[in-house]
Order: sequence, then structure tokens, then C-alpha cells
Amino acid sequence: MDAIQKNILKEVADLDALPVGAYNIRSNGATSARNTTANIDIVTKEDKPGIDIIIKPGTVHESVHIPVVVSQAGLKDMVYNDFYVGEGSDVVIVAGCGIHNCGDADSAHDGIHTFYVGKNAKLRYIEKHYGEGEEGTRGKRLMNPTTVVHLEEGAQMIMETSQIAGIDDTTRITTADLAAGAKLDIHESIMTTGEQNAVSNFTADLNGENCSCNIVSRAVARDKSRQHFTSRLNGNNVCSGHSECDSIMMDEAYVLATPELAASCTDASLIHEAAIGKIAGEQLMKLMTLGLTEQEAEEQIISGFLR
Amino acid sequence: MLELQHISYQTEDEKELLYDINLKIDDHFVVITGPNGSGKSTLAKIIAGILTPTGGKILLDGEDITGLNITERANKGVGYAFQQPVRFKGLTVKDLMSLAAGKEAKVSELCDVLSEVGLCAKEYINRDLDGSLSGGELKRIEIAMTLARGAKLSIFDEPEAGIDLWSFQKLIHVFEKMVQATDGNILIISHQERILDIADKIVYLKDGQVAMYDSREKILPNILKNTGGGSCQVLLDKGKEA
Repeated sequence: MDAIQKNILKEVADLDALPVGAYNIRSNGATSARNTTANIDIVTKEDKPGIDIIIKPGTVHESVHIPVVVSQAGLKDMVYNDFYVGEGSDVVIVAGCGIHNCGDADSAHDGIHTFYVGKNAKLRYIEKHYGEGEEGTRGKRLMNPTTVVHLEEGAQMIMETSQIAGIDDTTRITTADLAAGAKLDIHESIMTTGEQNAVSNFTADLNGENCSCNIVSRAVARDKSRQHFTSRLNGNNVCSGHSECDSIMMDEAYVLATPELAASCTDASLIHEAAIGKIAGEQLMKLMTLGLTEQEAEEQIISGFLR
Repeated sequence: MLELQHISYQTEDEKELLYDINLKIDDHFVVITGPNGSGKSTLAKIIAGILTPTGGKILLDGEDITGLNITERANKGVGYAFQQPVRFKGLTVKDLMSLAAGKEAKVSELCDVLSEVGLCAKEYINRDLDGSLSGGELKRIEIAMTLARGAKLSIFDEPEAGIDLWSFQKLIHVFEKMVQATDGNILIISHQERILDIADKIVYLKDGQVAMYDSREKILPNILKNTGGGSCQVLLDKGKEA
């Protein structure tokens, strides 16, 4: 790996060296490093690009890192990754994709991640998207992640997804179905700058008795960027669902929040909160009374908000 | 020492809120009191740089700070505790306390400061300074931030409002500790008689002007006499509540 690829790996997966545990590092469309453990197997798909990550039932305190690095200008990478998280396991999966594009052709990574989380399993899934380039180059950095989640009875998943910098255009689609007692927590952080465009679309089918879903999206739109957030919660049983979309608007940005709630069961309890606004003047003032400049105060507020 | 020379403030719709305020604040505890609408909070905001006076000069230790913004005044040694604490999504108590102290605060340091306002650092430092905290908790953290700053001039706008079960005695102890640590000046906006009781000097504002400014011993009986005349029922009521 060269210095650019190593830097991207650091940005998206916080890795300075090869991680402990299972991993698969994909670089410019091909696997560049892989490790499996006694409980976690990684198998290359034969019918399409991508891998199957198979976690044995009862696997606890193990992690899987599957970062993707795209540093070749003009590369269009498409990958299908399927995750089988065995019954009763408790694991962390760290994914992430970074694009470095210093050419004039667009670089893209489209990933379709499907999770099959077994009965009573617990999964924490961390996903970070990042782009960088060089001044004066015209190649765009495009990323379209799709996440499909199937939670079996009593399964729990925490998904932390962020895209803070450098992606010109993205459509992020997340769908989930939850069986009885399953629990899904999603926390999304997005910041767009310049003329970037981000579409984020969540749909959760709350099918099982007493399942619950909580979606929290924090977004900052700066300059002339555009964002469209949609969340739909379908309450099909006794369940609870909450989604929250909170956006900070700056400059000439545009944000559209479309909350949708649908219920087919009288005992479904669904709530949506949405707020769009600029940084509160009193927040800036408070930090300035502590000695920060207006710009420093703004950065503090945004970095906290997106944390 | 803070000196206000001929300070006046007019709103955009030309309502005169402060008129020719002249004050020299060089005692440790000075309390500004007066009826609601007399201009107390406006004056505090003008000193902190949040509002710009329409006339007059502000001097801090002899230096003219009238043209300095909020940040510049903060860096010159002006601290300000808001009457209504500000909430932040995503910033923790530790983040804010570190910003107030001007350095990454250690847990032991946070423990020292937060315990002064009756909060256990362990329970609070990683919590967001948002709606999950009660008004009283936010108010105490606001006071702790000003304590952590250790500014030479600390302004508190109604520090007693909403401090719930935490006692006045402890609040007063915090002020005393600040003076010991900084040898500075504390300027408190308050209606509360128990806070007036610790003042070295009291400023009594009325209708945007300084009606009285003298030692506590001289001012307090006059204020009570004044309010007894019915001009400020609020002050009387607040005194009874305490």
C-alpha cells in the first residue's frame, strides 16, 4: 500500500496497521489483505464481486474490519458483501470506504451490504465514508452505499454511519426488517460542502411483536450543498419507532427532510422529530464568552453536533 | 477595575434602555439590582460585549474595551454566566468545561470545580449539555464554567434563578472562592436579598439610570424603603420567598 492508500485507511477505519481479528482490505477493486479467525470466515463470492462474512453462533468480543480504498482515478467499484452474524454472538464490524481521486474522471464505490443477524445476536456496525482529491482536478468522488438489515428474534444492531467530507454525490439507502423483540439503533452523521449532494433514505419494517427502532440523523449542509433525508417507519405490530432528523443549515445550502410514519397495528407507537435551522446565535455567543472566535465556536458546535 | 463612562443604550426602535451610566467597579462583590425592566441584564450584556452601547466608554483596568468584541473581551479577562444557560447537542460537560478552562480539563480538575456546585463529576462529565439535563443542573454547570475560567471580572446574570435544591450558602461560597483564586471582581445581577447581603457595594438601577451606588450598609435600607413604597413589588416578593 502506498502513502495515499494508508492515509485513507486511517481516515475510514482508524487503522495505522493491520487490525487485530478478522479483516478484508479491498484496494482498487481487489482484495489486498485478508485474515480469518477460528470463528469468523471471509469467503470471496464467485458469482459477483464481494465477500461473505460468516460469524459462527456464539462468537463474542471479536471484530471484523472490511475497509475499501479507491485511489485509482476513474475506477468504478461495485461490491456485494453479505454478513451472517450467528445466533447469540456479540461482535463489532467496521466498514468504511475512502476515495482519493486526483484525476479528471469520476471515481465511484457502490457497496451493497446485507446483514443477517441471528437470534439474540448483538452487532455494532460502524461505517465511515470519506473522499479526498487535489485542487484543480475535475474527477468527482461518488459513493452509493446500500445497507439491508434483517434482524431475527431478539437481535440487536447499532449502526453508526458517517460521511463528513469529500463525497460529491451520494445516495444512501438503508432498509431493515425486525422480528419479535429485535432492536435497531441507527445514528447517521452527514456534512456536505461546496456543491455536494446527499440523499439519505431509511425504511424500517417493524414486523415483530415488541421490536423497536431508533433512527437519529444529524446533518450539516454548508455552501451550496443539498441534502434530502427521508425516513419511513412501518409499524406492523406492537412496536415502538422513533426517528429524528436534525439539520444545521449554513450559507446557501438546501435541506429537505421527509419523515414518514405508517402503522397497520393500533399498538404501534411511532414518533418522528425533525428540525432544520441555523446555528443558534446564543450558542456562538456562549462559546465566544469563553474566548473562542466566532469561527472557532462554529467549528466546535458542528464537530460536537456530528459526533 | 471596571469603569463605565456615560454608557447609554437605545434599541433599534429608539427605546432608551440605559441612560448615562457612570460606574467604577473596584470592589470584590458588586451587586446590580433594581426593578424588572430597569436595564440590569442589558448593562451586563454591554459589559460582556454581547450588546454594543449607543454611547459611552467601557474601561477595564484603564484600557478602553468599548470597541472589542465578545471574544476579545473574554481574552482580556471578562467572564459571563448567562441567565438562561445555553444547550448544545453533542458537546459534553467535559468539552465545555475544557473550553472554559482554556485547556483539556483532567477528571480530577473537573471533580474539583463541579463539586463546588454540588455535582459529581463522574455522573456528569460525559453527558451532553442538552435537554437531558434539568434547568437547575444546567445553571450549576454554567456557574462552574465561569468558576473554571477564573476571569478577573466575572459577571453573573441572576445566578440564583433555578438553582433548585442547591443552597444559597454554597453559591456564595463559590463566589468567595473565585475572589480568593483571582483577586478579581464579581458583578452579580440579582434581586435576591441574600445575595445583596454579601455585596461590598450595591448598584440600584431604575428606569435605565443609576439611582443609587454605595456600600451595602448604606444602600440596602434605602432599597427596602423604596420598594416598601410599592415601586417594586417583585423585589419585595422575592425577598419574602427566600
